[in-house]
Amino acid sequence: MTDTLSNRASPDADTQLDIYRRMLRIERNDEFTRAQIRQGRIHAPYYSARGQECIPAGISALLNDDDKICTIYRGIQDMVAKNMPLRPLWAEICGRVDGTCKGKGGPMHLTHPETGVMVTTGIVGSSMPIANGFGWAALLDGTKQVTVAYFGDGASNIGAFHEALNLASVWKLPVIFVCANNGFAEHTRFENGTGVDQISKRAIGYGMPGYTVDGNDPIDVYAHAHAAIERARAGEGPTLLECKTFRFMGHVFGDNDAYMTKEEKAAALEKDPLPLFRQKLIDDGIATEEQLEKMKADIEAEVKDAIDFAMNCEFPSDDELRRDVFAEEIPA
Amino acid sequence: MSTDTVEMVKMNGLQAINAALMEAMEADEKVLVLGEDIADNEGGGVVGVTKGLSTKFGTMRVKSTPISEQAIIGAAIGAAMAGYKPVAEIMLMNFTTVAMDMIVNHAAKLRFMSGGQSQVPMVIRTLTGAGNQTAGQHADFYEAWFAHTAGIKVVIPWTPADFKGLYLSAIQDPDPVMIIESGKTLFVPMDTPANQGPIPLGKANVVMPGTDLTLVSYGQMMFSVMQAVEELGKAGVSVEVIDLRTVSPWDKETVLASAEKTGRLLVVHEAGRNFGPGAEIAATVQEELFGKLKAPVGRLGAPYCSVPFAKKLEDAFLVQPPEIVAEAKRLAAMG
Ligand SMILES: Cc1ncc(C[n+]2csc(CCOP(=O)(O)OP(=O)(O)O)c2C)c(N)n1
Repeated sequence: MTDTLSNRASPDADTQLDIYRRMLRIERNDEFTRAQIRQGRIHAPYYSARGQECIPAGISALLNDDDKICTIYRGIQDMVAKNMPLRPLWAEICGRVDGTCKGKGGPMHLTHPETGVMVTTGIVGSSMPIANGFGWAALLDGTKQVTVAYFGDGASNIGAFHEALNLASVWKLPVIFVCANNGFAEHTRFENGTGVDQISKRAIGYGMPGYTVDGNDPIDVYAHAHAAIERARAGEGPTLLECKTFRFMGHVFGDNDAYMTKEEKAAALEKDPLPLFRQKLIDDGIATEEQLEKMKADIEAEVKDAIDFAMNCEFPSDDELRRDVFAEEIPA
Repeated sequence: MSTDTVEMVKMNGLQAINAALMEAMEADEKVLVLGEDIADNEGGGVVGVTKGLSTKFGTMRVKSTPISEQAIIGAAIGAAMAGYKPVAEIMLMNFTTVAMDMIVNHAAKLRFMSGGQSQVPMVIRTLTGAGNQTAGQHADFYEAWFAHTAGIKVVIPWTPADFKGLYLSAIQDPDPVMIIESGKTLFVPMDTPANQGPIPLGKANVVMPGTDLTLVSYGQMMFSVMQAVEELGKAGVSVEVIDLRTVSPWDKETVLASAEKTGRLLVVHEAGRNFGPGAEIAATVQEELFGKLKAPVGRLGAPYCSVPFAKKLEDAFLVQPPEIVAEAKRLAAMG
């Protein structure tokens, strides 16, 4: 059995607008990224999260700047939702010295402690154990900070997931384990790789609440994240949130989706969370068309500015190979 | 020996490995294949090396797995001990780290620790190599780690013919063998004997005879080496090129004979220079040929840092042909 929320927090109008803004910023940023790759202006593996925007947007609306996240190669949405500034983000994915990591990490390994983006890993399963360390530190420091570990459904089959959840539970760590269940791990269907129909059920084995969430519904994401974050801040321990969603652009840029049917993709696209939530905001009188168009124009201006900035930054000097290996520079 | 009786076909490494697996599975029903996304339902592997195998041999013998590297290697070890010959894919070499316990503490050691009662005849296939801006966790060459581990052989082919031949041998080898597929070696087509049979592990290939300098390398670095050798030829430096093919156990005999003949040796690899395979080779050659060498043994490898993302840094990180040319010339001028 998977858990059901007893108390559902619901976002007020301003918060809903804030969530939508985060979603749109993720979606526009993704669109521009793919365009840059298509035009040959960026060369890097890119794992689009188009379709998964609600998850980090709904969660981040509840996080403070000093709350932390550990995310994965498909993680730029999590950073954008956490309000990472776009200029250093773009400079990094363009391999420039003004990037968050001086161009050394690239799109799979961004780090930006100012906005709480602590680790971005390319190794499936590795966000979770490290998130626990930040959770432990928060307990030691006596802060109310929480840490979110983002990962995919496939990652719940690796040993690290099981070790990390158990440890977090035993130590009552303020960590929220957020699984974006997009139905596929590379080309493997969920049911062919995972021996249980709901990942949230795995929480039982580790003694923490586990919820299956509609990851395409920002209101549902918000409600569950609210409960998990409250629980963490109250010192009661971790929660597992399985957010059901879909990735529209395949595993990696250039994927031809050969492993899914046209019908199933079309059905998923019908549930594209972005236009649906946009319509809801208008129907509920939370925002007007004009307001949302203006929001879009502002975000696009921000993304374009970031791209221009990045493309005009310097490439790192070769000396960077000797820096940051250790605290002390390696002599030439 | 007439070569005109050998039918040659153009194929790339990927096709050669696929052919070897097909042939091995056809000939021996004990051969199994497992790994993430390797069955046809999931596309036959990330780059298609295992395409067609599950359709032909069924999903009991050819199994896609969850993302569970420890479980993959563990299952291969158990099946190998039970009499099968599994070929386990770890998608990329960096992901072997997640299965290190299984590989190092178990696959490599079970024969020895059991006093010879157990044997683990399995192959671990894995892919790596820098040059595609995949940064710090997707491109490392860790062959030295495994070469340092007693009980597992380490093979890094360059040509499609070698892929075919070395795979056929590795699959039938009584001990665990790791075969490292390096980026470019999978995709560059080369002339390959249509009926390429097994090539013994542990034997280097003298690719080109020469008199001034012996140059030892392997894997995708061989492409840069061959480019450099062409330059060196124009500059009048005669290079004997050895493709090591098996990094552990390495072919000392061939390398020592060549180094003794030329009096100079340069080892080039993509792996880090610090504690890299070049260090082992250099030490051995200097022990065995002290006094017969005209120059100290040269070593080129990656600098002591992680694989960087930015193209400019990645280019600086990788050993490039001009560096090989310069180092070879420096050594050739000595003695
Ligand atoms: C330990 C490890 N094994 C394999 C891979 C290769 N790989 C990268 S992403 C991926 C699929 C992950 O699927 P999932 O966890 O569902 O997340 P998604 O990509 O769908 O967001 C795989 C197998 C890896 N990066 N790390």
